[in-house]
Amino acid sequence: MGGGTAPWIARHDAMADDGNGERDRTRRFRDAALPYLDDVFTFARYLMRNVADAEDAAQECYLRALRHFDSYRGPAVKPWLLTILRNVCNAEFARRRAQAAPADCAEADDAADQVPMWQEPQATPETEMLRRLNGETIRRLLAALPQPFRETIVLRDINDLSYREIADVVGVPVGTVMSRLARGRSMLRTAWRVEEGSTT
Amino acid sequence: MNCADAEVLIHALIDGELDAGHARDVEAHLATCAGCAAKLADFRAMREAMAQADLREAAPAALRSRVVAALPLPPARAAAPRRSWRTFFGGFAVGTMLSAAVAASLVLAVVRNDQDQQIAGEVVSAHLRSLQAGHLTDVETSDQHTVKPWFNGKLDVAPPVIDLTAQGFTLIGGRLDYIDGETVGSVVYRRRAHVINLFVAQHLGAEQRTPKTATVQGFNVRRWSDNGLDFWAVSDIDARELDEFGQKITAALHPPPPPGHS
Repeated sequence: MGGGTAPWIARHDAMADDGNGERDRTRRFRDAALPYLDDVFTFARYLMRNVADAEDAAQECYLRALRHFDSYRGPAVKPWLLTILRNVCNAEFARRRAQAAPADCAEADDAADQVPMWQEPQATPETEMLRRLNGETIRRLLAALPQPFRETIVLRDINDLSYREIADVVGVPVGTVMSRLARGRSMLRTAWRVEEGSTT
Repeated sequence: MNCADAEVLIHALIDGELDAGHARDVEAHLATCAGCAAKLADFRAMREAMAQADLREAAPAALRSRVVAALPLPPARAAAPRRSWRTFFGGFAVGTMLSAAVAASLVLAVVRNDQDQQIAGEVVSAHLRSLQAGHLTDVETSDQHTVKPWFNGKLDVAPPVIDLTAQGFTLIGGRLDYIDGETVGSVVYRRRAHVINLFVAQHLGAEQRTPKTATVQGFNVRRWSDNGLDFWAVSDIDARELDEFGQKITAALHPPPPPGHS
């Protein structure tokens, strides 16, 4: 090293090559990424049908993220991890579809196109107050939504991402995020109302 | 604005994602449309009910151990040489035709750059530490007149404590931290669910008159100098919002002169 065009870069590369560079990189990755494990697992739970699949997806997400940490330039760690997680889950759905295991592939990526048009109740009971539901019930209602709407609501209301971040994670324009949120929340509210009626 | 537009935009209003102009338009529509106004209230109530229900999931301990085990730290190499300055300078002496002056300026740039990068790394580490439960603030209050005196006597120079709550950045407290071997003050703010640490000290890196924003390990770091103090703001909010934050701090430190009496 030394005489090249950019000695500090050469020096940096040399450091990255030895064991301590690698150690330092992994430590930095842990510091940056582990605080978001709850967020990653939460998103995984709403994407996958069961806990074991969600755990596997979360672990695979961290392994992939570490591999790509060198090329990672932002914007923020949380949406970056959630993007990777979503890719992991979608790849898993695609694999299952390819294996044609019908029970497992309810989770079609293009489910948006297969959803029957949701119809607004003609007489919205506007004077009725919304009744609180417990977490278990809300989780069940969310799980029943098609993925494009479910993931948008989860990223916004549970993972607390901005519209711009959601657009980046899902890979759609911000306008699509907005219309999916509006439609998804309306679907959720309709299911919620049914639940209110049944638990009187 | 018609009801079809409003049906989409009321969600952006609830989520605080509308700019002032659109928010005004939606609110004007809501003032004249009872149906849309009722929907807004209804969706607000649903969002509130979801927040109360706590729909987040904690990663099971077993998963946490699995993930940590999958990210092993390679063993530290015994007596690993920190790439020594001797080698570095030696390289110049032997391998280059650079004049001493050029070499000196180059080294100066490298050293500064290194120091700033090191501080940026430490700032981000301090930010991450602060996010662990119970580490965020030593003095927790939204009252700037409580935070400011708390720093007095603990630091050579008390950092300015500015309340930006009205401007969307909630002051939540102050904390002492350690950066680059020095005790520094951090003024802690919240933006939605995001924490901003504003580290302030004398001589925290090279003086930087024009603000500079960089991404370090996925966090946005904005640094600038003002009146002999160095400011480092770090957060996971996006760079644009962090810039806005820095500008508001700077603006508050330099209030426009009062209008002349005449």
